[in-house]
Amino acid sequence: MSDVTLRSDTDIPDSLLPEEPDGEVKRHVVEIDSHALNFGPQHPSAHGVLRLVLEMEGEVVARAIPHVGLLHRGTEKLIEYKTYPKALPYFDRLDYVSPMCEEQAFALAVEKLLDIEAPDRAKWIRVMFAEITRILNHILNLTSFGLDCGALTPALWGYEEREKLIEFYEAASGARFHANYVRPGGVAQDLPAGLEERIANWAGTFPQWIDDLESLLTSNRIWKQRTVGIGVFTTEQALAWGFSGPCLRASGVPWDLRRSQPYDNYDKVHFNVPVGRQGDCYDRYLVRVAEMRESVKIINQCLEQMRPGPVKVQDHKITPPPRREMKRSMEALIHHFKLFTEGYHVPPGATYTVTETPKGEFGVYLVADGSNRPYRCKIRPTGFSHLQAIDEMSRRHMLADAVAIIGSLDLVFGEIDR
Amino acid sequence: MADVQNLPASQPRGVTGSLGAISFRLSTTIPGIMSAGIEKGELVVRTTRDRLLALMAMLRDDPLYACQQVMDICGVDFPDRAERFEVVYNLLSVTHNHRIRVIVTTDETHPVPSVHQLWPAATWWEREAYDLFGILFTDQPDLRRILTDYGFEGHPLRKDFPLTGYVEMRYDEERRQVVYEPVDLVQDFRNFDFESPWEGILTLPGDEKAHADRHDIKRKG
Repeated sequence: MSDVTLRSDTDIPDSLLPEEPDGEVKRHVVEIDSHALNFGPQHPSAHGVLRLVLEMEGEVVARAIPHVGLLHRGTEKLIEYKTYPKALPYFDRLDYVSPMCEEQAFALAVEKLLDIEAPDRAKWIRVMFAEITRILNHILNLTSFGLDCGALTPALWGYEEREKLIEFYEAASGARFHANYVRPGGVAQDLPAGLEERIANWAGTFPQWIDDLESLLTSNRIWKQRTVGIGVFTTEQALAWGFSGPCLRASGVPWDLRRSQPYDNYDKVHFNVPVGRQGDCYDRYLVRVAEMRESVKIINQCLEQMRPGPVKVQDHKITPPPRREMKRSMEALIHHFKLFTEGYHVPPGATYTVTETPKGEFGVYLVADGSNRPYRCKIRPTGFSHLQAIDEMSRRHMLADAVAIIGSLDLVFGEIDR
Repeated sequence: MADVQNLPASQPRGVTGSLGAISFRLSTTIPGIMSAGIEKGELVVRTTRDRLLALMAMLRDDPLYACQQVMDICGVDFPDRAERFEVVYNLLSVTHNHRIRVIVTTDETHPVPSVHQLWPAATWWEREAYDLFGILFTDQPDLRRILTDYGFEGHPLRKDFPLTGYVEMRYDEERRQVVYEPVDLVQDFRNFDFESPWEGILTLPGDEKAHADRHDIKRKG
């Protein structure tokens, strides 16, 4: 210790320095270089397969270089080789935490090119399940964000609540996660009897759960120390870096696609758009919590306004005929066969259709050439631009803050890597 | 504390009125725009590579357009065209609530000017277009691959790149490392042609008159 000074320029008072031994001592000056730290891809706080190369100066992040693509499955290429109905399930597997919202984007894009509109009941079901999905997503994000910062209990409580929502998924679509439920022209099938009451009962009790969650986190001293003032992004920065969804709203931009460019039946429901001011991790947390409360309101309005009726367009060139009919009618059988082998032909054109998924703007740029397969289906993932900004966001923060920032951005690598 | 804010009343679904005005203004007053029009209710502007930066800077800074965000940049491959790639920019204005899509064309050798000076978010989208299509961008200091594997060769979203790819990867137990080998499929990749034989039939000699009015049949050649 005596013959090594860690940094020549630091002004440590002489009283604190160790006493120098007598005689000629050769002093070495050691510069602490920034060193690289590999964060992930197997780190539990990397939320999947993020490989983040952090250039550290001591414990301070000098530069963060994300390496993505470890989960790249070539979804866009695969979709080019599938018919439109067969392309839909790929969307469940993008952002596997909010499957139905992504399906909705693709379904709306195809509907736009086909120039059809889903029946009213289908739209209500879509809106309701999009909001259920939003809660499903936010529960996982907020609780795992808590877990990253050392709060274990929210995650335990959250999984129980998520389980109930996943059961609604299962009741409606038959699958717990990869629903393949929202289809071009409507939804796959009508809700089973009794599901609406179950959802209404749950929606009555869920605000209490949000209160419980907030009692654990919102005014928690440790939680605030870990998040307030961490990863601050100004309005200008958030806009320039292509932010959307809760991350953009936390930076003070009142922008919600459900409100400003409404799709399906979002123009018939009333809800508030929570907006933050500071743009830090804590605001991103608060916006998501407030959004869950708004989602419950929307679900209640959907249940009130939902009326019995068809759930898919009655053109059996686009949606399959009922199974019972298929057994008796030759025409229905032909329709069924053609639909599940050849699919339908979509007239030439291009559309960029967006939905407000729980993470932000999810877009599908769909180019059709008149055949039964998409010519090009570009998926605009939400987390892609959020993750890109992580270098700017975590600069000069501590290593532990980088973890909090990753948690607050709500990254899921299924959609970022595609 | 997040405060709940009521936004101004939402615009109705048919925003074509204001978009139509924008497309008219763009196509009549701005030089270098090949076409500007409404396609399926969305404003599409086509321009050339050398005019792109000036147009983009104007779309961002002019308060009439005020496109603060570039939401997406992607490539589309049309191998039959002289300039095979389209580069599609989807811009969004959160103040005016409109989207403008700007399209330029290019090929493998001619680079497109990068817009990362205007929107820092463009960097990764341009890297992605470079990775998947091989589209080059000038002045982009970080033009590395992003989605494909380290050391990947080729540009997978080009139409002439096979779906199966060229190499497959496995862990070699003996060499104790990951090795790449040429793709060996147990079963050939099957690409079904679902075209109905009645729709795809050629117009036989003598049927020209009868087929001239039918647009639903597909003519070969």
